[in-house]
Amino acid sequence: MTHYSALSLVAKAFSGHRSWSRAWRDPVPKPAYDIVIVGGGGHGLATAYYLAKEHGLRNVAVIEKGWLGGGNTGRNTTIVRSNYMMPGNTMFYERSLRLWEQLSQDLNFNQMVSQRGQFNLCHSPASLDAARRRGNVMRANGIDAELFSREEVMRRLPYLDYSDDARFPIIGSLFQPRAGTVRHDAVAWGYARGADALGVDIIQQCEVTGFILERGAVVGVETSKGPIRAKKVGTAVSGHTGYLAAKVGLRLPLETHVLQAFVTEPLRPMIDSVISYAAAHFYISQSDKGDLVLGGDLDGYNTYAQRGGLPLVEHTFASAKALIPSISRLRLMRQWGGVMDMTMDGSPIICKSPVDGFYINGGWCYGGFKATPASGYCFAWTLAKDEPHPDNAEFTLDRFRNGYQIDEKGMGPTPNAH
Amino acid sequence: MLRFKCPVCGLRDETEFDYGGDATVVRPATAETAFEPWYDYVFLRDNPRGPHREFWHHSRGCRQWVVVERDTLSHDIGDVVLARDAVKENRS
Repeated sequence: MTHYSALSLVAKAFSGHRSWSRAWRDPVPKPAYDIVIVGGGGHGLATAYYLAKEHGLRNVAVIEKGWLGGGNTGRNTTIVRSNYMMPGNTMFYERSLRLWEQLSQDLNFNQMVSQRGQFNLCHSPASLDAARRRGNVMRANGIDAELFSREEVMRRLPYLDYSDDARFPIIGSLFQPRAGTVRHDAVAWGYARGADALGVDIIQQCEVTGFILERGAVVGVETSKGPIRAKKVGTAVSGHTGYLAAKVGLRLPLETHVLQAFVTEPLRPMIDSVISYAAAHFYISQSDKGDLVLGGDLDGYNTYAQRGGLPLVEHTFASAKALIPSISRLRLMRQWGGVMDMTMDGSPIICKSPVDGFYINGGWCYGGFKATPASGYCFAWTLAKDEPHPDNAEFTLDRFRNGYQIDEKGMGPTPNAH
Repeated sequence: MLRFKCPVCGLRDETEFDYGGDATVVRPATAETAFEPWYDYVFLRDNPRGPHREFWHHSRGCRQWVVVERDTLSHDIGDVVLARDAVKENRS
């Protein structure tokens, strides 16, 4: 593997950039591994990377039915933040943000981590009080948070609608300076390259069609390239966790839903932070290419189709126009949908399942991208040691049975409302 | 845009309806005191990739609850019946 540096870039320039080596191998699957990870997105690749790096487990395969990062790693709005306040969530997401901050150096792959700050706008005295409480919980845990008045938001984001007939008045904002965006494809590619260099086999175009069970325990996977045995199998398959878990006889506390995202035509630099419009469940940022990246709410019904419907397109753009009237004539360049596990409390699941040899990393709702490094780190820990890391100790399946749901939004067991 | 053939109003747009979730989930009898049936009812779902029976509320129409057969992969829509008729079927 070539070490990426300014020097290597200059050196390769002399050969017309034709002598770069592959970033990862394309191996034929071995008959057996210590650990098989199902799903070659950010979470699966990060898990394999940390298994090899932190725990010395290198006889590991990542099996992907399509191509790396072709699922939700490439279907999100690239936002990273750690503004969570429920015990169990707070320090997990902060671990993730701290890992993001070091990730380019750790992987020797530019993740384009841009800590441009994130505004969570408040529209009523009650929402400002809730934001103050959230900010205080964050600060008490050593996480950066600031509360801005309406005047401060007007100074920093002069292009929002502050008029008397604004649909929702903006009366302040919670702000996390260290939040921002990350180049999502680089996450998959960087972890893949890092894991491969440590000996992990990354097998693409290989779909898991079932599991090999012996005496009630999972001892491998059936794939489109034949059976592969493993002492442990972990899933990191976004919206398909329930689908795969059903193959080993598990029913899970989640439903699969679709979330859409959009990019507009490129503009000159305009939005230099991430803005969340809480009243309409809408968020927007600007990519380095200049296009505005924006997203809204779930379509709201169970679906495995990676596309959304027009009602949510209209809702999202009505929100965009209500918040930033000046972008009303922008044209939409692309739209896409990603399917995700919506759990009964809106928080993820990273744990050993009731079936021996079967481990679950899922239930990411629509917060999966920002969690990628900590998810991989904690899932690797759980797989290697058969016990959770302190930061994912609460993300169990048992919490629903025992009454310890982590319901950040306080919505109750209604997956489409989280 | 999904479109449902409401038994009362005819073919109507998705935007007139609110989603009510999996219609195969059956609420235990009020007298049920065991833990498992209630845990199943509140939290666990089959979450199928394919045919799905689901509740929709025609809240901006006739205000009837209906049960829709819809495929979660293709979004093909099959039978739409009034929920009270579907529930009678469940009980019989």
